[in-house]
Amino acid sequence: MTQLSHYLDQLLFVAVPYVALVLFFLGTIYRYRAETFSYSSLSSQFLENRQHFWGMVPFHYGILTVLAGHAIAFLVPSSILAWNTRPLRLYILEVSALAFGVMTLVGFLAILARRRSNSKLLRVTSKADWVLYALLLFQLASGVYVAVFHPWGSAWFATTASPYLWSLAKLSPQVDWVAALPWAVKLHILNAWLLIGFFPFTRLVHILVVPNPYLWRKRQVVRWNRDPRTARLVQR
Amino acid sequence: MDVRSQVSMVFHLDKCIGCHTCSIACKNVWTDRQGTEYMWWNNVETKPGTGFPTAWEDQEKYQGGWEVKKGELKLKSTGPAKVMANIFHNPHQPSMDDYYEPWTYDYENLFDAPEGDDQPVARPVSRVTGEYMEVEAGPNWDDDLGGSEIYAANDPNLDALTEEQRQQLSAVERLVMFYFPRICNHCLNPSCVASCPSGALYKRGEDGIVLIDQKRCRAWRSCIAACPYKKTYYNWHTGKSEKCILCYPRLETGQAPACFHSCVGRIRYLGVLLYDAERIEEVAKLPDEEIVEGHRSMILDPWDPEVVAAAKANGIPDDVIESARKSPVYRFVKEWKIALPPHLEYRTLPMLFYVPPMSPVMAGKEGDSVYHFTDGNLFHDIDQSRVPIAYLAKLLGAGNEGLVRYALRKQKAVRLYRRALTVGDVDEESAARALREANCSVEEAEAIYRLTALCTFDDRFVIPPMHREEAIQMIEEPHGHRQSVGFGFTAGPKRGL
Repeated sequence: MTQLSHYLDQLLFVAVPYVALVLFFLGTIYRYRAETFSYSSLSSQFLENRQHFWGMVPFHYGILTVLAGHAIAFLVPSSILAWNTRPLRLYILEVSALAFGVMTLVGFLAILARRRSNSKLLRVTSKADWVLYALLLFQLASGVYVAVFHPWGSAWFATTASPYLWSLAKLSPQVDWVAALPWAVKLHILNAWLLIGFFPFTRLVHILVVPNPYLWRKRQVVRWNRDPRTARLVQR
Repeated sequence: MDVRSQVSMVFHLDKCIGCHTCSIACKNVWTDRQGTEYMWWNNVETKPGTGFPTAWEDQEKYQGGWEVKKGELKLKSTGPAKVMANIFHNPHQPSMDDYYEPWTYDYENLFDAPEGDDQPVARPVSRVTGEYMEVEAGPNWDDDLGGSEIYAANDPNLDALTEEQRQQLSAVERLVMFYFPRICNHCLNPSCVASCPSGALYKRGEDGIVLIDQKRCRAWRSCIAACPYKKTYYNWHTGKSEKCILCYPRLETGQAPACFHSCVGRIRYLGVLLYDAERIEEVAKLPDEEIVEGHRSMILDPWDPEVVAAAKANGIPDDVIESARKSPVYRFVKEWKIALPPHLEYRTLPMLFYVPPMSPVMAGKEGDSVYHFTDGNLFHDIDQSRVPIAYLAKLLGAGNEGLVRYALRKQKAVRLYRRALTVGDVDEESAARALREANCSVEEAEAIYRLTALCTFDDRFVIPPMHREEAIQMIEEPHGHRQSVGFGFTAGPKRGL
C-alpha cells in the first residue's frame, strides 16, 4: 500500500509537474509565434458592462495578491518565517491572505454567474473556457478550504511546499516534502500543475502580454515605410 | 519645420442629403463580417441628435480626447497613470447597448411556415446570439428627427443654446435638421493611438492614415474610450478593435475610398495637405479660442519655397507635393477658410473638415400664414438662421461663432453673386457688397461655385501617389509577396481551441 502511494506521489508530484512545465514553456512560445492573433483574453466587457465590474475587479486584484503571496513564500521562505516570529504578525498575515482568497473566490463566482446567465456571453465562450473555469473554480475553492481547515499555511508552506518546489527546480525532485500533507493540500497542488500545463491552450495567455512598455513608450506611434531623415526604406 | 503629408478630407454639409449611401458602401466592403455587424465606420447622423453610438459627444460619460492639465497634454481616459489600475475593467468603455444589437430577419419563415390563418412574418433574429429579439435601437434611430423629443433632446451640443433657442428648435414652423456624415478623422494627435497599451495603433508616416495592427491588438479596449469620436470599434468575435482604414488599399491603387466614391450628393473631397508636425503638441494645447486658427496655421503652403525645401528634405516625393498643390481640401480649409474641423476642443487635431450647412431662413407665424423674416441686411438670415450659430459653433468651431459665421457668410455671398448672374433677381450692386462683406473676391466666388456645384470626380478626389509599391519592390522580390499584404486575415481569425 505504501509502495503504491509512493509511486502515485511520484507520478502526481514529479511526473505531472515536469510534463506541465514542458507544456507550459513549449506551448506558450509556440502559440506566440504561430498564433499571435489569438494571444489575448477575449474581453466580453463590450457585451455586458455592469456585472463585469463586480466580477473582474475583485477576482483580478485578489488573485494577483494571492499569487504574489505564493511567489514570495516560494522564493524567499525565510522572509515569511522571520515575519511570523511574532504571533500577532502571523495572525495579520493569515487573516489578510484568507480575505484576499475569499475575495478572489467571490469575484470568480460572480464571473461564472455572469457567463452562464447571459446568452450573448455564452456565444463567445469556448469549450476550453469551460475547462479552464472548472480548473480555476476547483483551485480557488480548495485554496480557501485549505486556508480555513489547515491554518497557518504561511508557516508550513515555507517548510513543505517551498522546499518541494525548489527540489523540482533543482531537478532533484524530493516528493517526501509533500507526501505527508493533507489530501486537500495535495489536490490543490496537483490542480495547480494541471492549470500550468493547460495554460498555453487557454485565454490565460493574456497574463504574458501585459503591456508594461506602455508606461515608458512615446505617446504617439508613427510607422514609416521610408525613413524621413535618410529617405531609405525602413526594414521591419 | 518637420513637414509631413496627410491625406485629408472635406465634407460639404450643405450638399448632404442624408441618403446613407456612403454607410452602405462602407458596410458592404468592410464590416459585413461576424463581430463587425454593429460597426459603422462611416455613419450619417441627423443633427440635432444624439448620433451613433448614443451621445458620443458626451465626454463626461466617455472621457474621450485630451485635456490640458497644468500645461501638460493628458489623455482624459486611461493614460499611463491610470491604465494598469483600470485594465481589468475599463470604466469608460461603451457597451453594445450604447450602439445596438445587430439583427437580421427570419426570412426562411416566409417560405417555410406551415399553412395557417395568418400571414407568416419574418421576425428579427439577433446576429450575436441567433435568438429572436425585440429591436430596441439601431444605428440611426433618431434619423430625420424621429423621436427627437426623446433622443435629440439629449444632444450635448444643445448645451450651447439658451432655453429660448431650444424651444424655437422644436417649434413646427421653425423645425430644422441637417445631416452629419462621420468617418475616422485620421487625427494629427490621435488619442486612440496614444491610449493603446499594446502600441497596436499607429499613424502611417507617409499619408497619416491611422490603423490598428490586428496582430498586436490585445483587446485592452483603451482606444474605444479614448477616441472622442467613437470611431474605433471592438470586434467581439475576434477580440480585436477595428476602425475606418480610409480604404487604403483603394487609395494605394489611385481609387477614392468607397464612401467617397459612392457619395450621391458629391459632398466629399479628398486631397493631401502638408503640415508642420513639430507644432502638434503646441497647437493641441492652445485654448479653445485660438485652437481652430492654430490648427489651420499648421497646414503649410505647398507653393512656399521654404516649405517645399523642408518637405523634400523629409523625403516627401515631388509628385506628392504637386498633388498637395491641387488639393481641394487645401482650398476649402486654408484658402477660403470655409471648412472647419469637428469638435477641435477634444484636441486630437482631426483632419476631416466640414463646410457648415446653410439652413432655411427663419420663419414666423401670423394667424394662419407663415412668413419669412427679411430686412435690408443681406446676412440677416445667417444670424437668425434656424440652426443657431451657437449650435454650429459648438459642433464645428470649438465654440467660436465668428469662424462659423465667416464660413456661412462667404457661402451666402457666393449664392447671391451667382443669383445675380444667372437669375437676375438680386442686383449686381448688392451681390458685390455681399462679396466684399464676406471677404471674397469675384475669382474666389467663382472658384467656390465651381468646386461646390460643378465639381467632377477628378476635382473632388486628388489622390496623391502613395508609393507603397516601393515598400516591397526595393527590398524583396515582389512576386514572392503576392497576397501577403493588405487588409484582412492571412490566417483564419480563430482563437483558443
